[in-house]
Amino acid sequence: MKILVCISHVPDTTSKINFTEDNTKFDSNGVQFVINPHDEFVLTRAMWFKEKQGASITVVNVGNISTEPTLRKALAIGADDAIRVNTEATDGFYVAKQLAEVIKNGGYDLIMAGKESMDYNGGMVPGMTASILDYNFVNACIGIEIEGNKATVTRDIDGGKEILSTELPLVIGGQKGLVEDKDLRIPNMRGIMMARKKPLKVVEPVDFDPTTVITDFEKPTPKSNCKIIDADKVEELVDLLHNEAKVI
Amino acid sequence: MSVLVFADNSGGKFKKNALEVTSYGKKVAEIAQSNLVVLTINASDVSELSNFGAEKIIKVNDDKLKNFNAKAYADVIKQVALKEGSDTIIIDSSTDGIYLAPIVAVNLDAGYASNTVSVPNSIAPFIVKRKVFSSKAFDHTEIKTTNKVIGLSKNSFGLVENKVNTVEEEFSPSLSDKDFNVVVTSVEKTTGKVTIADADIVVSGGRGLKGPENWGMIEELTEVLGAAIACSKPVADLGWRPHSEHVGQTGKPVASNLYIAIGISGAIQHLAGVNSSKVKVVINTDPEAPFFKAADYGIVGDAFEVVPKLIEKLKEFKGNQ
Repeated sequence: MKILVCISHVPDTTSKINFTEDNTKFDSNGVQFVINPHDEFVLTRAMWFKEKQGASITVVNVGNISTEPTLRKALAIGADDAIRVNTEATDGFYVAKQLAEVIKNGGYDLIMAGKESMDYNGGMVPGMTASILDYNFVNACIGIEIEGNKATVTRDIDGGKEILSTELPLVIGGQKGLVEDKDLRIPNMRGIMMARKKPLKVVEPVDFDPTTVITDFEKPTPKSNCKIIDADKVEELVDLLHNEAKVI
Repeated sequence: MSVLVFADNSGGKFKKNALEVTSYGKKVAEIAQSNLVVLTINASDVSELSNFGAEKIIKVNDDKLKNFNAKAYADVIKQVALKEGSDTIIIDSSTDGIYLAPIVAVNLDAGYASNTVSVPNSIAPFIVKRKVFSSKAFDHTEIKTTNKVIGLSKNSFGLVENKVNTVEEEFSPSLSDKDFNVVVTSVEKTTGKVTIADADIVVSGGRGLKGPENWGMIEELTEVLGAAIACSKPVADLGWRPHSEHVGQTGKPVASNLYIAIGISGAIQHLAGVNSSKVKVVINTDPEAPFFKAADYGIVGDAFEVVPKLIEKLKEFKGNQ
């Protein structure tokens, strides 16, 4: 089984979010970039397929050269090789087009991506990639088993879960639940050394006009201070929630 | 031209999401000087939608669509959009909505703006405001394509009553076997409980509660408020509560009217998942807990003393309503 794991290169959650050039560009100054948290769960699940079912894992990112350390980290965790599509990841549809091209050329059976990236939170890429290729697709995936050509997938739904059955080739948008936090792999020294020698192929993008463009950013208006209520006067909280906030 | 809203239902009943996207669609249609068309699938009584501006309702009834199926639903939306000449498609941000919308976008060669929080600032160019960076910022996104898909962020527009006369029309989509390559084999759903996704109020407990045996008062508080119950990541990781209750960056997102955090310090990963809630209350012994910076109301105090008092006062309040 050939698995492709799509890796987003995103600011660490604790990063301060700022913008430059008259609020039109994200300010990456001093920002630590990491593997997108949802993608970490997906990558670890892919590693289990590799270890238990002999799958191969290619990781892919659509981005400029600055994303390579993130791909190397994925290689250090255990992926076999990496592909970087050498372009700016502008919008979801554009990224999906690039991934679809990589998938067509690579003939992957299972394409695993995080259900959304923690930067633009679009949640677009897995579904769009699957649709462009007319592959089967399950989003918000919290469990997956593959036997031969058959896939049994568990999906998180509002208020519960759903078991689905489908066939490869398959695209999933995954999240925590595929594996738990305690299972997440972190690169060890040996992995890091080996990752340096693993192939990282750079491919050029296919032409596709962007369907959306971000014109500018804005930050939320700063919050007013938290109103502190005396622990002995809980009735004041009830009153404020009813009369001021109007939420009860 | 028309604006097409997909109003999802659960067992024939429209949830708040469906009424919100209908309200929003009505407003977008007004701004775009267009007409609103609302699509329902397997909903018998659609009259409620008339209260929120649905001038025209397309009813699809098909047993094959009994279970939600993203590909088949997307196919139906495409067929209705083509029939109605819809260039703007509006979908909610429920688990099913965000599964569906990217497929619809590709089907219609449409630019897709998810997590949209406002009506378009302008129609030409077509620009909407979106939540990005886990609600730490917004962007203005221009959709450049003729067809457009908008994913409306939950609880960002609200319900706007707008009673209209409605024309109802039946439509039979043509579905192929390929639409059903992904099949639901079983569904596990908690019944009778308010889900985090649908709740107006969410009450969440953290490690400050010291152990799973202390959740009785949290459950009682959720009952008094008609709220959904949630927890922080450490609590789920420790096995005190099920993972399905974990809210935060890697857990379920919360966009309720009121979020009450009890014994949760407010790590940035937690706040990233809950700061879309309109009003936040924190109860914590530590006045330095970061949650106090993100909250609207706070009580510095021991949850074991404060929560029972709060339950009592809320019961009095409810009794007087």
